[in-house]
Amino acid sequence: MHRSVTSWAVLALGLALSGAASADPVDDKLVVETDDGAIEFVTSAPAPDHIKDKMAVIYSGWLYREDETRDLQRDDFDNPGMVFVDRGLDTWNKALGKNGESCMGCHQGPETMAGLRAVTPRVDEKTGALMTVENYIDLCVTERMGLEAWGWTGDKMKDIVALISMQSRGMAVNVAIDGAAAPFWEKGKEIYYTRYGQLEMACASCHEQYQGKMIRADHLSQGQINGFPAYRLKDSGILTAQQRFVGCVRDTRAETFKPNSDEFKALELYVASRGNGLTVEGVSVRH
Amino acid sequence: MTSRSWLAAAVALCAASPAVCEIAPKDLSFVEGAIEASLTGTPGNPEEGVKVMTTNALGNCVACHTVAALPNVQFPGNIGPALDGAASRYTEAQLRGILVNSKMTFEASFMPAFYKTEGFIRPGAAYSGKAPEGDLPPILTAQQIEDVLSYLVTLKQ
Ligand code: HEC
Ligand code: HEC
Repeated sequence: MHRSVTSWAVLALGLALSGAASADPVDDKLVVETDDGAIEFVTSAPAPDHIKDKMAVIYSGWLYREDETRDLQRDDFDNPGMVFVDRGLDTWNKALGKNGESCMGCHQGPETMAGLRAVTPRVDEKTGALMTVENYIDLCVTERMGLEAWGWTGDKMKDIVALISMQSRGMAVNVAIDGAAAPFWEKGKEIYYTRYGQLEMACASCHEQYQGKMIRADHLSQGQINGFPAYRLKDSGILTAQQRFVGCVRDTRAETFKPNSDEFKALELYVASRGNGLTVEGVSVRH
Repeated sequence: MTSRSWLAAAVALCAASPAVCEIAPKDLSFVEGAIEASLTGTPGNPEEGVKVMTTNALGNCVACHTVAALPNVQFPGNIGPALDGAASRYTEAQLRGILVNSKMTFEASFMPAFYKTEGFIRPGAAYSGKAPEGDLPPILTAQQIEDVLSYLVTLKQ
């Protein structure tokens, strides 16, 4: 197809400014030094069986971001999300409950939460309910501490989600999709492929069919959530996976679902399952 | 009324009140994806067309398409084909049809239908994330479609 020199130049400039040398995810390795040694993250992995017919390899959204954004995530001192993790630790330790209960009182240190983020959303064996990390926190806040519910996307909730997610850093995402999880997973899958809104776009349109392409200045990733919650430079704050879903659905000129709706919980399970094999990034950095 | 006198009456009405004679999205008929007649009867303005194509809140065509003749557009996307030469590949009627509802030309296309008001799943009021109050307007007005079209037809190879 004919393309003039100018258009290539403009395109090249656009790509250079947005930091992507090509439309592919970059070839890079994510290693973060911590007090407990280096964590090597798995940012690309063979696709899990249930999406093998769609793609061979899954990639973390980290590989689609600009050099500067990727660098911020390599070092916990540079990662602006860590401030919120520290704030989460303060909340964790405080006697906030009606009768002086605290997270620490019941659970000891946050490290007892290691592994949880890697397997949620999951179905609670006793109640049969689909549980996100937020749902577990909410149960403790309302039932065990006797407090008013925290907002699903309020600061207190997100600080603690960030703190808990950090305890699973470097662990492989491994959410269950069969058994009791199957009906939720099927529902999430249906949502993922539904073309919503006046623009008639599905998650799959952008993150499966056209992943790797540029939509204006944005390099389309696979829309994985192993990096969530993320510190978003644009908002100077923590963004949960379901908050990201709200933004993406809104961008299709659709009426969005609400965080913690049955729809977004099911979608979170489904999207998480597309990342089975990538590692939890705890608090990632995105633009 | 004969069709000719009906047309004359319609043209007179259009001149008096342009909005009256616009063809509403639900009254359009496609012939193999193409739409022969102008949506408004008023010729498009190519400069306005470029504005629509390059403004985020309007057509934002450059989110997905490059156009070599518009080198000042920053960061055009590369999802759809380059629009250069589009008018050599398609007739004006075909291009109108693609703008109105590309899915009548390209099956299951990712390209939004810019002049369509029904048949959506959970449509929102523009980018508010909320359900629309009252009728959903098309993304572009009939005249904006004609404006974009009047620019597209200049993209010959
Ligand atoms: C119109 C295109 C479009 C649609 C439709 C869309 N997204 Fe996105 N999404 C984007 C863009 C652009 C970004 C930012 C760049 C990136 O990470 O891909 C993004 C980012 C994301 C991210 C962040 C990934 C990361 O690592 O930072 C997630 C998760 C996501 N989308 C999930 C979804 C889900 C789930 C849906 C459907 C409910 C959806 N998206 C629909 C365009 C879209
Ligand atoms: C979200 C993406 C997107 C947007 C926005 C978009 N298009 Fe497209 N367009 C496409 C895709 C993808 C195709 C290729 C057809 C297909 O396979 O679905 C296409 C095809 C076309 C074609 C046919 C080109 C050819 O040579 O085959 C024309 C003309 C066109 N678009 C014009 C426009 C105009 C004008 C606008 C804005 C008013 C626009 N498009 C907005 C994605 C988009």
